[in-house]
Amino acid sequence: MTDYSQKYQMTPVVGWLLKDRGGMILLTILIAAAILVPIGNLLVPETSSFHVPTWMLSLLGKYLCYALLALSVDLIWGFCGILSLGHGAFFALGGYAMGMYLMRQIGDRGVYGNPELPDFMVFLNWTELPWYWYGFDMFWFAIVMAMFVPGLLAFVFGFLAFRSRVTGVYLSIITQAMTYALLLAFFRNDMGFGGNNGLTDFKDLLGYSLQSDGTRAGLFVASCVFLGICYIVARGITQSRLGKVLIAIRDAESRVRFTGYRVEYYKLFVFTISAVMAGIAGALYVPQVGIINPGEFAPALSIEIVIWVAVGGRGTLYGAVLGAFIVNYAKTFFTGVMPDFWLFFLGGLFIAVTLLLPKGVIGAVPAFGAPDRQSILSSMRKRLSAGGKA
Amino acid sequence: MSEAMDIKPDAQVKSARAETILYVDGVSVTFDGFRALNNLSFYVEPGELRAIIGPNGAGKTTMMDIITGKTRPDTGDVLFKSETDLTKLDEADIANLGIGRKFQKPTVFESHTVFDNLLLACSGGRGVFKALFHRLSSAEKIKIEKTLITIMLDEKRDELAANLSHGQKQWLEIGMLLMQEPELLLVDEPVAGMTDSETEETAKLLRTIAKEYSVVVVEHDMEFVRDLDCKVTVLHEGSVLAEGRLDHVQKDPRVIEVYLGR
Repeated sequence: MTDYSQKYQMTPVVGWLLKDRGGMILLTILIAAAILVPIGNLLVPETSSFHVPTWMLSLLGKYLCYALLALSVDLIWGFCGILSLGHGAFFALGGYAMGMYLMRQIGDRGVYGNPELPDFMVFLNWTELPWYWYGFDMFWFAIVMAMFVPGLLAFVFGFLAFRSRVTGVYLSIITQAMTYALLLAFFRNDMGFGGNNGLTDFKDLLGYSLQSDGTRAGLFVASCVFLGICYIVARGITQSRLGKVLIAIRDAESRVRFTGYRVEYYKLFVFTISAVMAGIAGALYVPQVGIINPGEFAPALSIEIVIWVAVGGRGTLYGAVLGAFIVNYAKTFFTGVMPDFWLFFLGGLFIAVTLLLPKGVIGAVPAFGAPDRQSILSSMRKRLSAGGKA
Repeated sequence: MSEAMDIKPDAQVKSARAETILYVDGVSVTFDGFRALNNLSFYVEPGELRAIIGPNGAGKTTMMDIITGKTRPDTGDVLFKSETDLTKLDEADIANLGIGRKFQKPTVFESHTVFDNLLLACSGGRGVFKALFHRLSSAEKIKIEKTLITIMLDEKRDELAANLSHGQKQWLEIGMLLMQEPELLLVDEPVAGMTDSETEETAKLLRTIAKEYSVVVVEHDMEFVRDLDCKVTVLHEGSVLAEGRLDHVQKDPRVIEVYLGR
């Protein structure tokens, strides 16, 4: 083996991470936020201008979960061309898994004081816990389920769809149908997930009160950490030969088939990974907002995720994170100041980005807009020589 | 009664199969009532360079689709190396058996560099997890270097495939086929839209390749077919009209009538 390949084998992960400038910036911001924001909330006195109020901490934590969700969509849409308009379903399923654990944590502190059954089951005159609620009193089990259930659904759904070669707009439509079907199912009281009201009135997580600042800060840090880990995993996938195959599938699917790759397995792999990430995002989201209900399955929400990615910049991963923050901050702002205008603004934003910034906000930044360093350098040289002449 | 009659054609078939790399026998396929292929039979010997010509709608592309598993025939046999039944396999299986296909429209991975295009086509490791943990080996690197020189794109190795000229994309696609280490290459209209000098270079490239592999070329361009200097099969309305050297075929009155004479 030559020096060439040995060098690559010794430092594969560090090597490509250092070359990924946008990723390094993102990870640096996440680490800084994970340290500074909790300090600003817990240690800096409220009178100081550096104090981070709890509402802001929770809001940022919520945005981080959305950012992770956007990342998961960019992984499949930006890199493999799978436009899922049902990713909210995987997010909501992860959220429900966490919500079930939080419901069991309430114990006998509910309105009806039943130590075994959540309030809504007592209200429905149920006498015992349904089998699928077993195990959710254990934190680790809920976490595993928050990843396993979305992953399993994506695997089965993807197996059927990709094997039948459903692609493009047809795939988008059936993902919408999937999340809509789940929306209707979870609305039913008989499903045993709280029906219309969903799961709420949570008290504590692992024994720590969800109302305390310390727990909220902990959830914020966890959101930063998981977003960072999932970013590295997603970047690792896109950097590998597998990632190159995914991009090839996006650009010329039949060529990939005739080159001997089983396209459906590649799609299935990345779709399942993406769904697991969306599930993690949902599990982190629910304790921070204190409720999960079937509204999270709404098809419109899944479409909104795609807009976050498009606004930030598709196919970059960090662009998706940026897009989630920009659009959700705008949403918080508009729904507070002039709620009637939010949807007009969202629609306008989507049209404006599609027309004016096809590569998203990230694409408008010169250092990230160009596809590789070579063309950045040549365009810089052109600019310099043009400047010299003038 | 039937036994005696069955034995004879079967024995003939077997002897024909014995030394073929591609054996197509009695293949018919119908799309919505349109008979694209009608009892098509021909075979290609190992190491052979074969040109297939015919007017539009003669069934050339459908024939490619059937050999590479994109379309299933209604009837007939398609055998690779006299033993493997291609009609039961899908595209990926057939590609991995050693049959490479070049499309009519150059199809390369535009957002990848020329080097990465060849890397993706490099034989071996088609599994998902193998691809996830794959590291470029020195053997693979040498193979890619060699192919870059063969297809005359060594200087463009770090260029995105999208930035190549039409002719260069065609060469890159041929290079990708070579990286798969196929035994049989199917090349669909390799010189469509090429300049004269590119056409000449391509003919040279294909003749070089044909020394190592069996190659089937589908083409409209007569000059180019003459440059290839090989056996020609003329298709018409989904079946073989004539077969032989180009000079011989061009003299065939039926060929003149349906194709060359027009």
